[in-house]
Amino acid sequence: MNRKQTYQWVGSRPIRPDGIDKVTGKAEFAADFSLPGMLHGVILRSPVAHARILRIDTALATALPGVKAIITAADMPVIPEQDAVVNQQPPDFRELSDNLMARDKVLYEGHAVAAVAATSRELALQAAQLIQVEYEVLPHVIDVRLAMEPDAPLLNEQLITKGIDPAPEYPSNIASRHEQVLGDVTAGFAEAEIILEREFTTQPVHQGYIEPHACTARINVDGEAQIWCSSQGHYMVRAYCARLLRMDISRIRVTPLEIGGGFGGKTTVYLEPIALLLAAKTGKPVTMKMSRQEVFTSTGPASGSYIAMKIGARKDGSIIAAEAILCYQAGAYPGSPVKLGCMTAFAPYRIPNVRMIGYDVLVNRPKSAAYRAPGAPMAAFAAESLIDLLAQELQLDPVALRLLNAAEEGTQAPYGPRFKQIGYRQTLEAALQHPHYSAPLAANQGRGIASGFWFNIGGQSSAAIHLNEDGTAILVTGNPDIGGSRASMAIMAAEVLGMDYRDISPVIADTSSGAYSDLTGGSRVTFAVGLAVITAAEDVIQQLKARAALLWDVPETQISWESGSFHTELQGKPQRMSIADIAAKSAQTGGPVSGKATINAQGAGPGFGTHLCDVEVDPETGQVKILRYTAIQDVGKAIHPAYVEGQLQGGAAQGIGWALNEEYLYDESGKLLNPGFLDYRMPVASDLPAIDTVLVEVPNPAHPFGVRGVGEVPIIAPLAAVANAVARATGVRLTDLPLSPPRILAAIEAAKRSG
Amino acid sequence: MDYYSPTSIADAIRLLSSPGACVLAGGTDLIPQMQAGRRDPALIIDIKKIPQTRTISQHANRFSIGAAVTGAELSEHPQLHACWPGIVEAFDLIGSSQIQGRATPGGNFCNASPAADSVPAFIAANATCRIVGPQGERECPVEQIIVSPGKTCLQAGEFIVSFMLPETLPYSADAYLRMTPRTEMDIAITGAAVRLTLDKAGVCQTARVVLGAVGPTPLLAEAAAKHLPGSRLEKKTLQLFEEAVREQCRPINDKRGTIEYRTAVAAVLARRSALIAYERALARTEVQQ
Amino acid sequence: MKHHISVLINEQKHELLCNSAETLLDMLRNQLRLTGSKEGCASGDCGACSVLLDKRLVCACLVLAAETDGKQVETIEGMAGADKLHPLQQKFLEHAALQCGICTPGILIAAKALLARNPNPTATEVRYWLAGNLCRCTGYDKIIQAVLEAAAEMASVQEQA
Repeated sequence: MNRKQTYQWVGSRPIRPDGIDKVTGKAEFAADFSLPGMLHGVILRSPVAHARILRIDTALATALPGVKAIITAADMPVIPEQDAVVNQQPPDFRELSDNLMARDKVLYEGHAVAAVAATSRELALQAAQLIQVEYEVLPHVIDVRLAMEPDAPLLNEQLITKGIDPAPEYPSNIASRHEQVLGDVTAGFAEAEIILEREFTTQPVHQGYIEPHACTARINVDGEAQIWCSSQGHYMVRAYCARLLRMDISRIRVTPLEIGGGFGGKTTVYLEPIALLLAAKTGKPVTMKMSRQEVFTSTGPASGSYIAMKIGARKDGSIIAAEAILCYQAGAYPGSPVKLGCMTAFAPYRIPNVRMIGYDVLVNRPKSAAYRAPGAPMAAFAAESLIDLLAQELQLDPVALRLLNAAEEGTQAPYGPRFKQIGYRQTLEAALQHPHYSAPLAANQGRGIASGFWFNIGGQSSAAIHLNEDGTAILVTGNPDIGGSRASMAIMAAEVLGMDYRDISPVIADTSSGAYSDLTGGSRVTFAVGLAVITAAEDVIQQLKARAALLWDVPETQISWESGSFHTELQGKPQRMSIADIAAKSAQTGGPVSGKATINAQGAGPGFGTHLCDVEVDPETGQVKILRYTAIQDVGKAIHPAYVEGQLQGGAAQGIGWALNEEYLYDESGKLLNPGFLDYRMPVASDLPAIDTVLVEVPNPAHPFGVRGVGEVPIIAPLAAVANAVARATGVRLTDLPLSPPRILAAIEAAKRSG
Repeated sequence: MDYYSPTSIADAIRLLSSPGACVLAGGTDLIPQMQAGRRDPALIIDIKKIPQTRTISQHANRFSIGAAVTGAELSEHPQLHACWPGIVEAFDLIGSSQIQGRATPGGNFCNASPAADSVPAFIAANATCRIVGPQGERECPVEQIIVSPGKTCLQAGEFIVSFMLPETLPYSADAYLRMTPRTEMDIAITGAAVRLTLDKAGVCQTARVVLGAVGPTPLLAEAAAKHLPGSRLEKKTLQLFEEAVREQCRPINDKRGTIEYRTAVAAVLARRSALIAYERALARTEVQQ
Repeated sequence: MKHHISVLINEQKHELLCNSAETLLDMLRNQLRLTGSKEGCASGDCGACSVLLDKRLVCACLVLAAETDGKQVETIEGMAGADKLHPLQQKFLEHAALQCGICTPGILIAAKALLARNPNPTATEVRYWLAGNLCRCTGYDKIIQAVLEAAAEMASVQEQA
């Protein structure tokens, strides 16, 4: 398909198809679903950070009237080692099973140890309190650097670090080591005229979706199971439940309910397999929901990190070497995104010599989970802070310095491949031209700039378009709509089919009603599922052309497709048939028309963003006020610009929270002190200014409309954008997040004392 | 558990005398504590149907505020707002618009948190409260209500019916400021309420300074307040005042703040509050001149 | 103990039995299946369960069901007319002021309460009024725009009337 300059629907802002349900309270989210006669399941969780489970006594709880079933890890199927990992891809299902229900040891406060199903939630909660668990409390470790010490308490006594040759003789908490090298950093630093080196720390932050995890499950005596839940991928829920419970995939049907936010945190399972087990044990449907406290203590935050980083440059500002050690908290089981941190930190720049070493480290915290651009924001915080410092040291404009070093088409990324068409430079140029960049600043105010890179992905995707007899269409895909994807899918279908957007009804099929699709993540849906939708629409057009040929009784080669209808000439007279005309006569031409596409999309275009942030810092209290914020990003092509802007604004807000106030606070015994929205301080409306957006559109050649993923890039730059703004407002550079008022005030006071 | 909503003070006292009984006013502290399993009262006595707890009345220059009046009702009362801006702004800082629809001064006192926002402002105002119970009725200065974190001076069966504010003096005004990392929806790391009375010429005559979250209970900083009378809050005075405030702080380290931070910021807020109260009082002197 | 309560919900009278500890939110969601009010925290910190109780904005998770005897409650399910959305609902759709949509019912109810007492708010006033409604998707920008535009539209309709 040729890329057109003007579109009928692409780039417009129609109302989303599911909009009315969502503004009237009708949309059914995970906890809104119910079945007659359902039981309520709750989970008993560990009150301690690290302990051996000596004994679990359920007698008292079982005796409580109304209690129908209790399960522990003993009820979870044992997964043989050869089945632990599929296609060398995470997750490790043995570890996942252990995370869902602790077998021998609890590894963090909030680790599940038992589950109860009872006739009411109150009763189930009461019963859970009657379960007696005897623990042998073990020393625990929360801090990533302490966890790497040779004498640190071990979470897994069998864990030998992967990625080191020869393999270490003794176990440690370091699950793996990753090394990535481009060029020769030793030579690069030797040539450098200025070298800057700092250590950075960031705290774990939660995805913070407003909808707690919830699900309902039912299983028949013949083993046919059904699950209703919200997730970022119901095919993922089906596959994970099948693996964990050793069931056939075909016996599980997962119906996606509306999802109240995920941001990566709902790309795994916590409750669904437990609900299925309880349902199997009781023969009744079982519903489960997490409390907000459980969401904080027991579901994935993003990893906290320690990063030591060094850059070397010439006096003109060209960066010639970069090196870093990144240590990420995996939580209780291996799997932090440290490798992605290594890959992304310097990806926006053309640096000939880069060496990155990453460590994935176990600590007694909940298993980390994906969070929007997993691994990238903390690494970019370090890299973009150092680059800002370089600009200050060399007295260069921070945008000009970035432009000097910006990656462009043909640049080899530090992680290996050469970039094709990318728009990083354009985001910097847009920053320079934006009125924000030249607006005056007052005392105690500062402007920060930072950039971010994310790969974006494609992956397995499916779509089907069923034509109705009146010429309208049903558009079936298999990906949950997290932020308006029904609208963007319908827009792309309408554009290709030349139909009215409102005549297309997007449907998100359950796992038994549509073909497989990878989960919603990696900023892949608009690109990859969109590609499937476009391909399915083209399939419909091909089929309709064949039908038109039958109706006109002319060869297909004499039929053209233009502006949403088919054209030919009969006896010298131009003829025209619309989709509706052909649909109405489908009985005469072979039955209903239905197009489909099942693809593994390749060629996702990398995304780059540049953010500008103005702050004012109260020098007496250390409080930061965000005065102005502008997010600029190469989005390839915005299918529904309002939702693309929304992605930039939402990602910026999350990044600002990460920078300023969000953190996990633990006491000395390893208990989480702030498992609620009062003390886990996500930004509220009055904390933020208007967030301006600039959509730069450098098309992705691998997509007919030029789409790039947009969801993840916008959370990467804000950490450093805020920190750089604070550094310039106060004259003090902080390298530990969050930039909470006490930390900023202490730094200002310390700087005063040292003169 | 049981729930009652008596309509008279006498009925409420009788119900409250049973073991495990607990007063419900706005419920913004009690209900989440129950939900989280931290409190399990045997009996909940909702006092909102007792008319005396639900009214704001004004006689001459004296206000009486029912213990179960909501924050929204306080801020919608124009005379109260005009006479006691510090109390109204302190209460308005508690929670969200939704919380304001429910939260009450009686509840803010009885939850007995050292960080309660309205408590310093009421203490600075020299407010008293009317307490009823099986032994009858008593009036109590509000600074005596909170005795330690989570604990009040109320005896079994007693509850607060209303708060009384003293006569508003001509050249006086109050102010409250707090420090929170977020702009809203947060608990004070520290706070400071100041009430000043000036003479016609704008010289401070009396000062009451109360600090929040720098001790086990809201702290009446009398030694610090002594620096203000006789001054027009000049720079030198304020420096000595701040120093004295820091001297009086007895904070702890916890998840919300450190000793150093709380001490430093309490002094800053006390100074800023004092200046706001001073400007407000000064405006009144000019208006009346 | 069970309490027999009589409560007007979205202008419809309901006679219900509730437990002493049951919250208004549980009663709405579990007994009446009015699931438009969401539970995000059960502690009054997210605003997803915002409802109007005797026209006053509250979190339904912080109200006992027994307290609502003789009162009137308005939930998101009562906001739209039979054939027309409320202007706030319409503007939220036009501005893409929702992404996942879980916080939307609570924000709409809160915004309605704001416009009832302040028909012409500034952006800052809207931000402070809505500070008790967490949204993790949008960064709030489009929500604020939608509320301001709805206010303007409602004011102009008022003028014409």
